[in-house]
Amino acid sequence: MEALKQLGQYTLLLYQALRSVTEFSTYRENLFNEFVKIGYQSIPIIMLVGVFTGAVLTLQTAYQLDTDLYPAYIVGSIVAQSVIIELAAVISGLVLAGKVGARISTELGTMRVSEQIDALESMGFNSVAFLVLPRIFAGILMFPVLYIIASTLGIIGGVIAGAVDGILPAAEFMKGGRLFFFPEDVVFGILKSFVFGFVITSISCFKGYFAFGGAEGVGNATTQATVLSCIYILLADFVLAAILL
Amino acid sequence: MIEINNLTKSFGKNLIWKDVSFQIEDGETLAVIGKSGCGKSVLLKHLNALLYPDSGEVVIDGQCVFDLNYSELRLMRQRFGILFQGGALFDSINTFENIAFPLRYFTNKTEGEIKKDVEEALEMVNLKEAGSKATSELSGGMRKRVGLARAIILKPDYLLYDEPTSGLDPQTSEEINELIVNMADSFDLTSIVITHDMHSVLSIAEKVAFLDSQKLSWFGSIDEMKKSEHPPLVEFTTASEYKIKA
Repeated sequence: MEALKQLGQYTLLLYQALRSVTEFSTYRENLFNEFVKIGYQSIPIIMLVGVFTGAVLTLQTAYQLDTDLYPAYIVGSIVAQSVIIELAAVISGLVLAGKVGARISTELGTMRVSEQIDALESMGFNSVAFLVLPRIFAGILMFPVLYIIASTLGIIGGVIAGAVDGILPAAEFMKGGRLFFFPEDVVFGILKSFVFGFVITSISCFKGYFAFGGAEGVGNATTQATVLSCIYILLADFVLAAILL
Repeated sequence: MIEINNLTKSFGKNLIWKDVSFQIEDGETLAVIGKSGCGKSVLLKHLNALLYPDSGEVVIDGQCVFDLNYSELRLMRQRFGILFQGGALFDSINTFENIAFPLRYFTNKTEGEIKKDVEEALEMVNLKEAGSKATSELSGGMRKRVGLARAIILKPDYLLYDEPTSGLDPQTSEEINELIVNMADSFDLTSIVITHDMHSVLSIAEKVAFLDSQKLSWFGSIDEMKKSEHPPLVEFTTASEYKIKA
């Protein structure tokens, strides 16, 4: 029953956000702030995630394929495709569920319990347009950009790890990567990150916007936002793979 | 005029109050009193439909606020100013910007006009020098005064105060009480003050609504309250006197 109530609240919040799209002057300033916070300020952690994901995957793939049955460049094929199709989007998504999702739910939750959201509404302000919409928009638009950075850095990380560890030269890695490179895989990865951006920001906004019960309530909202974002990222990943691959 | 007709509110199975009805005439200052947890703030949030009741209506100038669509409601809400219990200041912007916030979004004023209005509002609440301060630097009393400056900046018809003196020392409480009276006089405001501070009630209010036992237990003027023998009201008001004497 509680789950149904929450689903109803979540749907209504999204409906209200959708209806507020035309109020651009209300959310313009916050939208640009969120581009910076969600996008620009996440670049360092995404670069780190990308490089290490590619590097570790290269070492592990080489270890598992340590046989004469396959040419060495196949490592590059597996790493590049895994990074592009799955890892760049999913691992970035899980990391950003913590970084971006926790920030959003804490911010909105604190605004809720300190009556700042009531203050906005009481002035005749559309608080959903002001607070929720720019965060969801920024998430949807910035996550694909972060995915592209993570993918690129993932492949570079793989190339470096392969070369430094002496597993395969960079040229061999890239040969393998190009052999099984399909542009539609990139489109699939971008689509995934687009969905993950929506999942993380909308769930975090929902949990924060309806937080209650003081500091403990904000803590609970943040925990739930992060955990639910992770669960729905994995679920959405499976559904998208089942439908589109 | 604000009419509250047969308002009933519960949260889940927890009944807050039932069939609350009273009227507030234009220009009056009404104090809503009652024990902590009796639903005073909940009642306040019904006046501009921040909360919706289970049944009943709040009628402002002949229009029930719960029947308004969201666009109409937003326009109606701009007729209200609210001073929230903790000030509810936006902590990501400074004091000046907090007060300027409604002006920036709801008026076409120039930067110069906004600056002039904000400085006037700050002067009115005796915080002339506080404009550049971050909200985290403000004391409890200052936060309430900045909240008050923000509440009046659009020159509302109705000003709602949620526990304006709670958590403040007696001297600051008295300053806030004076501000409430000054605001009502200066802007010819209709004011509704939620409080359990009887000093405030006696200083600022013309009428009193007493919430008790999940209903409107008593309603009348200050003079009537002083003479009333309604047992729960007498018990509530004299409890403050005992504290003072002790």
